[in-house]
Amino acid sequence: MHIGKTLLGTACIGTVCLVLASTASAETLTIATVNNADMIRMQRLSKTFEQQHPDINLNWVVLEENVLRQRLTTDIATQGGQFDVLTIGMYEASLWGAKGWLEAMQDLPQNYELDDVFPSVREGLSVDGTLYALPFYAESSMTYYRTDLFEAAGIEMPERPTWTQMAEFAEKLHQPDKDQYGICLRGKAGWGENMALVTTVANAFGARWFDEKWQPEFTGEEWTKAANFYVDTLRKYGPPGASSNGFNENLALFNSGKCAMWVDATVAGSFVTDTSQSRVADQVGFTFAPHETTEKGSAWLYSWSLAIPASSKNKDSAKAFTAWATSKEYAELVAKTDGVANVPPGTRESTYSDEYMKAAPFARVTLESLKQADPADPSAKKVPYVGIQLVTIPEFQAIGTQVGKMFAAALTGQMPVEQMLNAVQQSTTREMKRAGYPK
Amino acid sequence: MLTLKQSRRLNTTLVGIAAWTVALLLFFPIFWMLLTSLKTEIDAFATPPQFIFTPTLENYLHIQDRSGYFRYAWNSVTISFGATALGMLIAIPAAYSMAFYETKRTKGTLLWMLSTKMLPPVGVLVPIYLLAKQFGLLDSRSVLIVIYTLINLPIMVWMIYTYFKDVPRDILEAARMDGATIFQEMTRVLLPISKGGLASTVLLSLILCWNEAFWSLNLTSANAAPLTALIASYSSPEGLFWAKLSAVSTLACAPILIFGWISQKQLVRGLSFGAVK
Repeated sequence: MHIGKTLLGTACIGTVCLVLASTASAETLTIATVNNADMIRMQRLSKTFEQQHPDINLNWVVLEENVLRQRLTTDIATQGGQFDVLTIGMYEASLWGAKGWLEAMQDLPQNYELDDVFPSVREGLSVDGTLYALPFYAESSMTYYRTDLFEAAGIEMPERPTWTQMAEFAEKLHQPDKDQYGICLRGKAGWGENMALVTTVANAFGARWFDEKWQPEFTGEEWTKAANFYVDTLRKYGPPGASSNGFNENLALFNSGKCAMWVDATVAGSFVTDTSQSRVADQVGFTFAPHETTEKGSAWLYSWSLAIPASSKNKDSAKAFTAWATSKEYAELVAKTDGVANVPPGTRESTYSDEYMKAAPFARVTLESLKQADPADPSAKKVPYVGIQLVTIPEFQAIGTQVGKMFAAALTGQMPVEQMLNAVQQSTTREMKRAGYPK
Repeated sequence: MLTLKQSRRLNTTLVGIAAWTVALLLFFPIFWMLLTSLKTEIDAFATPPQFIFTPTLENYLHIQDRSGYFRYAWNSVTISFGATALGMLIAIPAAYSMAFYETKRTKGTLLWMLSTKMLPPVGVLVPIYLLAKQFGLLDSRSVLIVIYTLINLPIMVWMIYTYFKDVPRDILEAARMDGATIFQEMTRVLLPISKGGLASTVLLSLILCWNEAFWSLNLTSANAAPLTALIASYSSPEGLFWAKLSAVSTLACAPILIFGWISQKQLVRGLSFGAVK
């Protein structure tokens, strides 16, 4: 009896020791990510990765995009070491990579097939040829329109519409008494909100943020035309309160059947065709983002990517996870579990199989838009910066948001467009001088 | 011409209507949040807004399945109660010395303490972050307990100081005459007399700790994140998750709302006791 108790006690202690030992030997990766459908799916499917790597545990920190950006900036700038994998965009990848805050993505597994990743996306995440993040999904911008309304009005949407044509269509389809608005565009102030769209409109009109000597060009002819067009069109044919509308607000308007046309991120393709959230899922057409005097820079390029901070203590495990989450193997897993239409779009050539093209009616436009996007050549004129809907300099977040606020003010009628552009020119010149840019 | 009785009745009715209107206006956002949390995503952004719909609990199930609500709730409880207990331990002796051993600098010290509340938190984010990193306290409940204690301490000291000032000195002197030590004087005489005020200070501190979001979002990540961080994880500028966001907000508000509801009499009595002095 006594021996039995001793043995039982020893066995219990042994088991506890084993459990503790196994816990101690397992590495825990803390992954910071954003709350969107693709990332949440990754979180769910990452159990497969944990099964394949029993020595790695995953801890998820999901935050709203702007909160995440602020949180990561604080942590990476102070070398806080809170995270092992970061979800970042092209803007952060370039800036943080250049500062040495990110681990270079070298020595990837042989079956990773880096050449399968679109060159434009790869370049957007590289600094001087060194890749600092692996793309999880990429997006461009495109035009969404209501095929039923176009048919009823006897209008045909061209494959590559101009902004002038878009304004004409909007005029014909604008029926505010029926709660139907001609066009929905972003108006909410912010460098990643209204300025993403406004910059592509400006690019299409031949404008650029800065000349080769980093002098702002807001008072030039191109910006004046683009800004007047944007403000006039949205005020005449947009929904009420357009200056408060960002991606989500316009998505809600479009999905509830209130927008005849909408120009925004290609990622919305899967939302507007999803019958569980869209009332017009079967009546949506897709075409390229509008151009005007040039097609250069008329559609943006953005990518949510996974990067490893230099302060991570588990770099090897972090690299194994980032490679898995951005691999063809992961795409196949998504296709198998959630359907091929839910594979993260825009990063790999192999994603765009015949099966995918059939399942996702917006895939062709997305694919071609991504291929055409060139962040190094975003305007008809030469520019000293990289970026289509943004300028990849550390000061851009502050400058872009300030300019965005003034565009929103012009949209609400607080100041005329010319006065707004003069104010934008002055404030941007001042900030750029302060940062030491103009040569 | 109204009689005095009729006039009083009319006044009471008008005050009642006004009070109900204000109460309903204040309650409406919470009601709407609860209603939205029971809708599907497609119903959540329907215009005009829907009051009649088929309710569903799928958003709540989704939250528990994806995030594990109870882990965040436990962190919120630990941090809020921990910070409040620590704050009371410091605030009671501080208020005692200021109320009963007042010097010419006491008022100035009190005002200076309160002035620290005027500093925008983001102004000290980097130094605090670096300190937390240096002491290995990032993503720990301890760091939030310390920070919340420091944030709420000025208000707690002020409140308790106000209640202590109302206690007649003679009672304490009588206790001293009977041979009570300072500790006995505080625990056996002062604290029982001012328990109403102390309870409202505790409640206010709990509510403030529970709702704080800036430091919890910046100093925690996976292990010590409280409910405010859980809410932030359901907000998204790219995707319509309004029903899920409402469900997680309801779950985050519910415990403190119920707690406040139960203790509202104590809270109102304590707060108004200080206010009408």
